[in-house]
Amino acid sequence: MLHETSPLAIAIFAAFVAGVLWLSFRLGRKGQSAEGYYAAHGQVHWFVNGVAFAGDYLSAASFLGICGLIAFYGYDGFLYSIGFLAGWVVALFVIAEPIKALGKFTFADALDSRFDSRGIKLAVAISTLVVSVFYLIPQMVGAGALVTPLLGLPHWAGVILVGVAVTFIVVTAGMVSTTWVQFIKGSLLVFFCGVLTLLILNRGLVVNAGRPGPPDFTPQTRSIRPDGQVLIDGEPQSAEHDLRPVGTLASLPERYAGEGKTGPLGPLAYLATLEDSTVVTWRRQTTRDDDGTHDVFTPRERPAAELLRPGGYFKGLAGGSLIARLDFASLMLALFCGTASLPHILIRYYTVKDAAAARKSTVVGIATIGIFYVLTLYLGLGAMTSGFLDPTNSNMAAPLLAKSFSNTLFAVISAIAFTTVLGTVSGLIMAGSGAVAHDLVENVAGVQMTDHEKVRVGKLAAVGLGIVAMALGILFKGFNVGFLVGWAFNIAASANLPALVMLLFWPRTTKQGITAAVTVGMTASLAWILLSADTFEKVYGISRDLAPMPFSQPGLVTIPLGFLVLVVVSLLTPAPRHR
Amino acid sequence: MSQQQDSTQGSVSVNRVGLALFGVYVLLYGGFMALVLAGPDLLATRVFGGVNLAIACGLGLIVAAVVLSVVYILARASRDRPGRS
Repeated sequence: MLHETSPLAIAIFAAFVAGVLWLSFRLGRKGQSAEGYYAAHGQVHWFVNGVAFAGDYLSAASFLGICGLIAFYGYDGFLYSIGFLAGWVVALFVIAEPIKALGKFTFADALDSRFDSRGIKLAVAISTLVVSVFYLIPQMVGAGALVTPLLGLPHWAGVILVGVAVTFIVVTAGMVSTTWVQFIKGSLLVFFCGVLTLLILNRGLVVNAGRPGPPDFTPQTRSIRPDGQVLIDGEPQSAEHDLRPVGTLASLPERYAGEGKTGPLGPLAYLATLEDSTVVTWRRQTTRDDDGTHDVFTPRERPAAELLRPGGYFKGLAGGSLIARLDFASLMLALFCGTASLPHILIRYYTVKDAAAARKSTVVGIATIGIFYVLTLYLGLGAMTSGFLDPTNSNMAAPLLAKSFSNTLFAVISAIAFTTVLGTVSGLIMAGSGAVAHDLVENVAGVQMTDHEKVRVGKLAAVGLGIVAMALGILFKGFNVGFLVGWAFNIAASANLPALVMLLFWPRTTKQGITAAVTVGMTASLAWILLSADTFEKVYGISRDLAPMPFSQPGLVTIPLGFLVLVVVSLLTPAPRHR
Repeated sequence: MSQQQDSTQGSVSVNRVGLALFGVYVLLYGGFMALVLAGPDLLATRVFGGVNLAIACGLGLIVAAVVLSVVYILARASRDRPGRS
């Protein structure tokens, strides 16, 4: 769909981004030592750090991806919310305090604290980079998806805009400015999603989004010709000839039938009433021929109850094959185990002063994130029935929902979503920059650096990572960002969790065991993803039937594999001396 | 190094509260996932104020995570307070 740009939207957006950059620049003067650059001097207040956890974690995947999945497929998007939050339980109860006690700047510090092994540092630094890059892809794709409707810019321009802004934030002040950007973004995101949810409940449910007459069930066709021209129902795409927005309510329960709307509803009444209504969704059929790619979007009326239970996105759940169920179980396991293994989350434990502060900030993080994930359900369902969805792009559901209320709100929500991307990407680049400068250059290569040089190498690494992120963001356009982030969780959980847990709870763990577990977990999960049906179809553009892997999410196999490798290798190598 | 050792051992031993609460959550999360995999039809049952079991469980898991984390922090705080064991 084409989206009009409005000067107001651009002004609000520019004000947000300028504000964030100004703050970052102002704080920049505080972070010039290595301690300041990588860990904000360990002086961040636990409450600020807790909200910054939320700002770090609630990425484009959570906001844009989950809302889009719920709006398009119903309940299954909410399963991502449940899994993403559950991971925090692992982080708080098992990982938070030991990781704070063991490390200094990076995750490799913690894993290596008892051994002083170059092998561990190398393996962990590489896994940090791989996970961070995989996590960066969806953030950058989300950025591109946002600026298209807001500023009328092409996808690649959005990606470059984010890349440049974030690199600036990280390079100016490292962890100090990154923390404040994440704090502001976390607070704004939860607050405005709360406002949107109140507006949704206040509007209640309205048949056909308040438009006169019954919903339009005419199929729509979008063709993309080999030369890139887009045709809508056979005519060149223009403001007059564009796809109709989709996603509305077809009918309400009997008691509202005469009025066509419910009026304001309570949070539970909203869900219960929707369950008794019918909605118009659509089926997308894609064909390819010499004239290009053709997508036919066919509206159909369905009971909303079908969409409020599992099985809309994870098709295999409703009486599907064993493989499909294993794929789903594997994803939910990776989400559960992945959070506590994400390097950009783990480094946030080094910005507070002690284990008690680490614990308190995690609880603040869980509460903030928990509230947000409850809101995602309402945002997604509100978008599903808003009559404003773009059938070609699930990532746009949340901003377009805001547009169904007002253009100002649309601009504010888009600007927040954009700062969402800024916050998460800066955390990721921070983690990657630490892995390169502190782990690889200083500890593995053994380059002696002054404090000043350490910061400079970190900043150079941040610029390099920014460029890689921009390139990948352009390459992966068109993927649902929630789906993409699932892969990052799989790799993080497979590579890092076995080593982290066993180091804490099994005294027999050896340095060879840790190195092997990280290396094998990372390589196996990465290889699995690259050889999976989803990658074959969506990245390489070849038939998914040719893929050798039985299902797409590796965690179910590669997480236990990491534990197994660690135990076997540790038992085969001499027990560690100290202990 | 020895200081780090102590603090790790400290964390591991006092973290029994954490591990117990973790166990509770694993049962809740695992139970829900088993339900999703084994009986998706059951999840369509209307249970609470007309809301179906799938949504009730999902919201319940989110609330449970927050509640357990508050329980944890209270338990740890009373342990850390001087003069109490």
